[in-house]
Parts: sequence; structure tokens; C-alpha cells
Amino acid sequence: MATVQEAKFKVIGTRPIRHDGVDKVTGRAKYGADISLPGLLHGKVLRSPHAHAKIKSIDVSAALKLPGVKAVLTSADFPKLQSGVVPMGELAMNPHYMSMNLLAHDKVLYDGHPVAAVAATNPHIAEEAIRLIKVEYEVLPHVLDAESAMKEGAPILLPELRTSGTPEKSDKQTNVASQVRFARGDLEAGFKAADVIVEREFNTAMVHQGYIEPHNAVAQYNPDGQTTIWTSTQGAFTARDQCALVLNIPASSIKVIPAEIGGGFGGKIGIYLEPLALLMSKKTGKPVKLVMSRGEVLRATGPTSGSHIRVKMGANKKGEITAAQIWMAYEAGAFPGSPVGAGCMTVLAPYNLENLQIDGFDVVVNRPKTAAYRAPGATNAAMGAETVIDELAEKLGFDPIEFRRINGAKEGTAQPAGPKFLRIGYLETLDAAKNSEHYKSPLPKVDGRLVGRGVASGFWFNAGFQSSATVNINTDGTANVVTGSPDIGGSRASCAMIAAEVLGLKAEQVHPVVADTESIGHTDMTGGSRVTFATGYAVYEAAQDAVNQLKQRAATLWKAKPDDVVYQDGVVSCTTNGHESMTLRELAGRLPRAGGPVTGQASMTPRGVGPVFATHVVDVEVDAETGKVDILRYTAAQDVGKAVHPSYVEGQIQGGVSQGVGWALNEEYYYDENGLMRNTGFLDYRMPTTLDLPMIETILVEVPNPGHPIGIRGVGEVPIVPPPAAIANAIYRAVGVRLTELPMPKLKTLALGCF
Amino acid sequence: MSGKVHVEATLNGEQVEFLCEPRQSALEVLRDVLGFTGAKEGCLTGDCGACSMVMDGRVVCSCLVLGPEMQGHTIETVEGIAKDGEKLHPLQQKFLEHAALQCGICTPGFLVAAKALLDKNPKPTEHEVRFGLAGNLCRCTGYDKIVRAVMDAAAVMQGR
Amino acid sequence: MQAFTYEAPRSLDQALSLFGSTGDNARALVGGTDLLIQMRAATRQPTVIVDVKSIPELQIISFDPQSGLRLGAAVSSVRIYEDKMMQDKYPGLTEAAWLIGSVQIKHRCSVGGNLCNGSPAADTPPALIALGAECVIASTKGTRTVKAEDFVVSPGRTVLQPGEILVEFRIPAPKPHSADCYQRFIPRNEMDIAVVGVGAAVTLNGDTCTSARIGLGAVAPTPLFAKAASDSLVGKPLNEQNIAAAATLAQQIAVPITDMRGTVDYRKHMVGVLTRRVLTEAAARAKKK
Repeated sequence: MATVQEAKFKVIGTRPIRHDGVDKVTGRAKYGADISLPGLLHGKVLRSPHAHAKIKSIDVSAALKLPGVKAVLTSADFPKLQSGVVPMGELAMNPHYMSMNLLAHDKVLYDGHPVAAVAATNPHIAEEAIRLIKVEYEVLPHVLDAESAMKEGAPILLPELRTSGTPEKSDKQTNVASQVRFARGDLEAGFKAADVIVEREFNTAMVHQGYIEPHNAVAQYNPDGQTTIWTSTQGAFTARDQCALVLNIPASSIKVIPAEIGGGFGGKIGIYLEPLALLMSKKTGKPVKLVMSRGEVLRATGPTSGSHIRVKMGANKKGEITAAQIWMAYEAGAFPGSPVGAGCMTVLAPYNLENLQIDGFDVVVNRPKTAAYRAPGATNAAMGAETVIDELAEKLGFDPIEFRRINGAKEGTAQPAGPKFLRIGYLETLDAAKNSEHYKSPLPKVDGRLVGRGVASGFWFNAGFQSSATVNINTDGTANVVTGSPDIGGSRASCAMIAAEVLGLKAEQVHPVVADTESIGHTDMTGGSRVTFATGYAVYEAAQDAVNQLKQRAATLWKAKPDDVVYQDGVVSCTTNGHESMTLRELAGRLPRAGGPVTGQASMTPRGVGPVFATHVVDVEVDAETGKVDILRYTAAQDVGKAVHPSYVEGQIQGGVSQGVGWALNEEYYYDENGLMRNTGFLDYRMPTTLDLPMIETILVEVPNPGHPIGIRGVGEVPIVPPPAAIANAIYRAVGVRLTELPMPKLKTLALGCF
Repeated sequence: MSGKVHVEATLNGEQVEFLCEPRQSALEVLRDVLGFTGAKEGCLTGDCGACSMVMDGRVVCSCLVLGPEMQGHTIETVEGIAKDGEKLHPLQQKFLEHAALQCGICTPGFLVAAKALLDKNPKPTEHEVRFGLAGNLCRCTGYDKIVRAVMDAAAVMQGR
Repeated sequence: MQAFTYEAPRSLDQALSLFGSTGDNARALVGGTDLLIQMRAATRQPTVIVDVKSIPELQIISFDPQSGLRLGAAVSSVRIYEDKMMQDKYPGLTEAAWLIGSVQIKHRCSVGGNLCNGSPAADTPPALIALGAECVIASTKGTRTVKAEDFVVSPGRTVLQPGEILVEFRIPAPKPHSADCYQRFIPRNEMDIAVVGVGAAVTLNGDTCTSARIGLGAVAPTPLFAKAASDSLVGKPLNEQNIAAAATLAQQIAVPITDMRGTVDYRKHMVGVLTRRVLTEAAARAKKK
């Protein structure tokens, strides 16, 4: 393992132009909806207009008669599968529920739940066709929030569901899919030792990842049983395996070509369209394309949980947190699988705590099934914990950063879930925030507005998982790097830069390729902040493998021993035998006579994942008459391990912050009394525009990850964790009111002049 | 009743003619009829700007223009921003240098809108840039690097 | 979208005869920034779309010091914004037109389309009402005039009968020391539909207000003319006290609903806040004229 502190990088840490950049600024890059094939049919999905209902009958005859309609699908076209959890790489899937979510079986469980699909010669005809499908429903009572769904007498969504994780097995029908507890120490004693105790209750609304590109899939089924699928996905192998599982066909019969992807943030790991496209292509013999509308994306893909959270924390006069108790119920949507577990494991991780109890409940409700959204579960929980910590600090007379430092986690501190941290950078982010220009500058004065400054921290553990890479030496001495990680945020560039570093090439001399499921070894999805860490690790190892082969080839040419050959900065030289040397370019030209092509390869599941922390500072202004909140200034300090391409690391931080700002101020799922979603477009699902954000200052704190040869930590997720709490804390300091709801201030609870 | 309409227009400096159903939007015409997939569909309600095109010098949402409305008009898309095969427009170059794109789906819309902005207002303030681009949503970048890239491109185009 | 035929008449007569023969099945198209969305959602399903942008009468902007402004129904917001006369003489209507949506929308949308869509939350009606605008409607049978505050009859429905189209607005020339103003509240900083919108136009004689008109948007099934609030200011100075009293009167006629954009209480509160702010600004502008 290279000693990262001493390493002087030539490419890593620079800011080359990303390799796929020209295609993306000229409109040439092909995203899933851009794919076209001869004879293409267009699919549309018919969706439930009810939040909860039994399906009594589906009559597709009128749709089939419409000229231009070539196929119609219902759940009858899907195989029957056992219910039960199947591990699939990093995911745990229930094929029965997956199938039900793709096309409803005997009931619909949320407004927008797919019921049938059609394929037609153009999308307008497909739209007309789905309006001709007659479905008879028996409407059932619905339930929309976790608290209500947990009560006696709540409508039951899944009659066979039983709570897992309880001390005793229960046979009661329930909406609580699972519960989990992390506890240690003596809570009662801890609260007794506190000089101040703060207790607060929070409600956070369901929000969506908000990627600008809707879901898409194109499938071409061949008579030999092989299907090619183009899709904008975060993981081609993950998409393939899910398709295979839910259709009960071999994974090797499906080739998934990952198109460029227009944002995912966790929402494009699960599949919604691919099996429908495949089945309709099989029925028609033609390629079938399905693209969701924005309304479908919001209603029927995978937002993240709304939640109900109770926090009780105590601290003593010395500023030490003596006890923390958190109770969280997360909306899973129509099927189990909210990120409440991750919420429990991340919520108090920045702090060294002896006495804690964290309870989490995964609760099904009549909303779309939730999916991962950037540090899933952590933002909700941080809203609760980080605002209560702010309140404790204030009541005890501590600066909010100092208070966190007193309790700050470091190497050796035990996480809420138990394991001890290795080398981490939390305290460093506190220092960086405290010493920032922003924090040192006085609060600005704004005419007619109240101004306040807030601080909050956040944590995410990041992921490892499986990655494969090959590094091919080209005949001109450059290299290709082939991986299976779809590029959402610039990871092609970081992979190329890592290979370039090892090979002694310039970044522009390495050509990164994102390959399909037939062209690269298995690679888990792009997500969990894992690509630069894990795929980058595989690239590093593959490049080292290539270097070893190059040394052997040179040794062959020089009739020397491989141990006598060194490779440094793109030059291979012999330490004996006349001390000859060659550039990589020269060697590449001679490879045919030196043993053949050089292809470095690596497949791995790296351990040594480095978690990351962030501390954010925000200034807000509040119009006391209208309750409008605007962000004046924002600074995000984050431990980034080793920034391979600093511009894209900064970009990840700025993007996560802006999503957190939207989550805090304006984004929410608005359902009416019938359980139907009303804000199904970008007009009323309000994400920040250019006018809603200032420049976002980023401070990259590099505390190298000891578990990685280059010190890399995943950086993409933690930036979304602190913003809502930081903003809530800033609003408090501006107006003197502690807001405990997301989004805030909700227009219905505005103080109406009582600030 | 739903017969196709014959339309002639100028697209990125070239004469084009095509047939389209009246209900096909300019976005569908660009992407599905003419094969220019640079403009993207993000919302179909004019709220995200991913479909932006310039029509007679003004940036509009192509999803809210009907195909037949293109008759006789001058249309510019992202594919026409770089004037030759070798050199990028300063906006495109600055977007790359500033890392003003991550997933890139909003980038064509931003480039089209930013070019129209700079063509009308060559020395915009930061606020004017943000105002002019408020109809373009980006979910990846938080807009910081996009605004910097546009301001930097403006400076280059002014010879500053 | 349901299929339809597209017509683009080049003269008003051509357009009127088209509307005359298609009646309720036709819809006029200007910017399309509401209509196309509704057609995709199937809430409006015309079988004939009549693109009226090429009709000269609908594209005029002409001002006469005696007879005032004639503003064609299809004039785009950007043309209004870039017109120095409009900015100078009708800053409130200009800013209302310029607040509709993003730059992309502003390049296409029109005051006529904004009004004819019939949304209670539209931005231009409060400004039109404040200016005492009259709407000139034409059909093959002739023309008629309707006051702006009477144009929308319920959410999405206007006084337009089958065969009729809105041709232009007529707005009186502003007297000396007159100015109008429009403000709205939205949750973000752009792009949103008004939670509440208020337009006001005032004329001053010295310190005394000689005429005032206040229009309210998004707080009733239709845009409202706040008559009592407006009349309460005539003959009085536009000071904080009188403005506050007028704002209270305006609040009294607001009958907002709770929906995903705001609650009853919040909207009523904001009628007061915005009326105060708009009157204060209009008065400040009027003093400078």
C-alpha cells in the first residue's frame, strides 16, 4: 500500500477536462431516450387512479383494437414468484413484491401504481390506447403516513406482512414491516446526569431525487431468447439481475447496455420499465421503447421516506452529551424497504456517546415504494438530531461548533451500530468550518429581513461492493480503461486519472469506457459513493497488473529478469544489463514481439471503505411578514479522503447541498384527501432554481482513507445530510422559532407575523 | 382529420423540411423526426428548460411549441452552437473547464439558454445570469459552476 | 395528445370565420404555455387549434395620449417588457407580464392568453383590473367590450362564447402622477404560480389620492376588483394608516382556498401584506411622474 501522505501525485488532484465532456456539450451523448431502432414501438403504462383498491377486472379489448397498437401487457404475463428476500449483490430484493410493483396483481397500493402496458407505433397512439383499457376497481380505505399506519385499525396494505425484528414473533396483520434497535449503555443514568434535556418531535415530508431525466428503457428481444436492453441505469448488472429475477429467466439471456444517465441519486437502481419493454418486444418481435413522463416519475418511481421522528437528548454543563434517545418511523411506501436502518446507523455517528437508544420502524403506506436517495435515511434523522444538538449547545452556552467538538467522534470512537471508527476526519471538518471565511465574518445585515446563521454536521458510511476493471495498453502507448460503472458525476474522469497516475501517462492519454454486461466483469451499481473508491481501486489494481506485465515484456526484450526492471513515470528501465530504458510508447510498439498485448485486469470487493463527515454553515434571511426564507451564504466543509478530480468533488458537494436546500425549504409530496398526489410536475414539486441558491463554497478536507492505496473516500452522499438541520438552526437564530417540519416553513404553519 | 402538415424552417443555419402531425411538439420534431436528440424531455410542462431551443433569436421551450408553428422560423439547437468541427464555442469550452456539468442531461438546455442570454446581453451580472437561466433546472450541480462558466465565457467573448 | 387540426389564419376575418364555424371545438393558440399542458393532461381537448399570432390586429402595441393604450391580445410578454412606452406608462402591467414563468415562457406567453386561460391565480388580471382595462371581443357578429374584472367567470371559464376571440385590451392613458404596480408571493424566486397576487393603480393630486383601483389574484374563484378597498382611498392621502385600512378591506373580500400552494389563513394574511406593499410602491412611483 502506497503511503499516501508522502505520495506526490502527478495526475490525481488535477482538473483535466472530462473525457465524455465534448459529447455532452455538443448534444451528441446518447441517453436512454435518445436511442432509436428500426421498427421501434412506443410503450405507455396505465396507472391506478386510486391510492388503495382491489382490481376486479381488466378489459384490454378496446385497446387492442386501436389501429397501431401491437401489444398489451398485464401482470398475467409475468411469472408467479415466491415472496421472500433474495440477496442480490448489495440489494435485498423480494421478487414477489418487485413483480407486484412492476404491474399490479390483485390490488393497487398507490396513486400511479402500474396496472397495464401497451406498445404502439407511436407514443400518441399508445397514450390513446391506455385510455381505452377498462379497469374495475373496488376502492379501499388508504393510509398515507407512518404514524397512522402503525395504529390499530389502520388499513392493511399487505395481508401477509408480519413485523420482523421484534423480540417475539407476531402473527398479527400489520403495516410495520420491520423494526430495529441500536442501544448501549444506561439511558436512564445518562439522562439523570444531564443538566439540560431537550425533547422534540419532527415530521419530514416525502421527497424525490428529482433527476431531470425521466426513466427509460429500450428492449429488443431476439428469437434465440437473447434480449438487449438499453437503459439509463445506475447499474447495468443490477438492472439485468433484477430483470432476470422478476421474469424468471437466466441473467445471461439479457445484455444491458447502460446509456448515458441523466441523474440517479439512487432512484435509478430499481427497475420499472425494463421487464415491460422486454415482454412487449417478445410479443411483437419489434424493439420497444418506454419513457416515463415527469408525472409518472413523481407518482410512481422511488422517492425517499417521509418520517416521524422523536429525539430526546441530554447534556451536562461541560458540554458532554450524556444520553440520546431517538425513535423514528419511516414511510416505506407500498412495499417494505425504507432506509430507516441506515438512518439509525448514521444519526449520531459524529458523536462519542456512551448511552444511546435508537429505534427505527419500517412502515408501509399507500405511497410509491421508496428507493435510495443520496445517503438514504440520513437526512431525515440528521434533521432531528442536529437541531436538538443545536438547542442543547445554545441552552448550555456553547458555540455550536465547539459543542460538537467536545463530543466529536475520532479514531477509536464506537459508531451507534457498534463498530469502531478507523482514521476519520470529523474533527477536521469542524475546524475547517470554524476557521472558514464564512464563519469568521459577521452576520450580514439585510434591509427589512431577519438574518441568522446555523451549523449542522452529517455522516455517511459509504459502500464498497463489487467492481471489475481492465486496463488495455494501446499500440500507441496510451491506455483504455474499461469499467462497468455508469458515469453520473464524472467518474470516467477519475478512473482515467487513477490509471494515468499508475501508468505515468497524462489524463488525456487514458480513454475510459463504460461497458455493457457482456464486455466487463461483474460490477455493482453506481451508488453508495463507491465508484471512485471501489471501481477506482479496481482500476488501480488493473493498472498495476498492466505495469507488471509491461515489466515482464521489457525483461523479455532485454533478456533480463523481471525483478531487474523498474517502471516509473511512464518509463520502463533496466537496473542491470546496460541500463536500457524505453518509454511506454516505445514498448507498446514492440509488444507483438515481446509476448503480445498487455491487458491488466482486476475484480474485487474492496474492504477498507472510508466513511465521511461534513460540517455545514449557512446564513439565511427571513422576511418576517411573508415567512419567505432565502439562503444568503453557504459553506460546506467535508472530509474527502483524497480528491482525485477536485472539481467533481466540489460538484458533488454543491449538488448535495442544493438538494438539501430544496428538501428543507420547498419540496414535498402533496396528497389530497383521496390519497392522490397533486403536485406531479416541476411547477408544484418545487426544486431550487438558479435564483434560489447562492454560490456554494466548498472546503475539501483531505484525511486520507487508510484502507485505500490512494486514500480515497466516497464523497457524493454526505453533502445532502446537514442542510435541512443547518437551515433550521439558522432560521431559529433569525426569528427565535425552532421549526420541526420539513419542508419549512410550510406555508400552512407560517408564523403570520408573530416572529 | 389528423393528417400530417408539411413544414419548412431553418435549423442551425440549414434549410429543413419535414412532415409532422399537428400534435407533435417541436421537441418531438427535433428528436424523433429530424434526429437531433440534443434537446431533452424533462417535464413537458415548460418548467425545466431541458428542451430549450432558440426560435428567431429567443430561447423557448420546444415542448410548448407545436411542430407546425416552426413554419418559416429560424431554429437553433445545441447541435448548432459549435460552428465548425474543431472548435467549441466559448460557452461549451468554459462548461468543460469549470466542470459545469455532472450527468449532462440539462447541459444542452443551459448552453442554448446561456448563448441566447449572452447574444442579447454580453456583459451580464451574476444576478442577470441567474435570472436568465432560472427556467433551466439542474439537479446535479447546484448551479455554482454553471454560473461561473457563463460569466467566464462572457468575459472571453468580450475579449476581457 | 388527442389529434387536432392546426390553422394559422393571417387575417382577423379569416380567424373569425374559422371560429364561427368550429365553435366550441376550437381554441386560440398564442404562446401555448398553458394550452399545450392542458391538452397533454386532457383537461382541454380542442379538435381545432387556431394559431392567432399572425393576425396583425392581435399584435399591436399603440399608445395615444388621448385614447390610451391598445394592446393586442397576442403580444408576447417579452415585447411588452422591451417596449419603453409600456415600461414608462404601465410599469405594473409590464412587471405582471414579465413575471409569468421563466425566460423561455416569457418569450412566448401573452397577456391575452394569460387572461383567457381563466386561472384565478394568473398574474396579469390583477394588473389589468387595477388599470381599468377593457377587453375587446370579436366574432363574425361584431365586437363587444367587457371589463377585465368581469372577463373570468369561474376557474378556467371566461365570458367568451363559441365563435368569439379576444382581440385587444384598451387601457386609459395614465393621468399625471399616476402609476401602477403588481406584486405576488411565490415560494421560490421564479417559476411559481402566484400564491397571492395584487395589482394597484393610483393617481395623486399633491398628496391626495384622486383615484385608486386594486385587483386581487389567487384568492377567489376569479380575479377580483377590490372596490371597497379602492374607494376607501379616494380623497385621502396614501399614508401608512390609510393604506393599512385599505389592505384590511381587501382582505375582507378574499375567499381563498387551501391547496398545495397555500392555506386560507396564509393567503388572507398575504392579501394584507401585498396590498400594503403594492399601494406603497404605486404611490412612490406616482409621485415621481
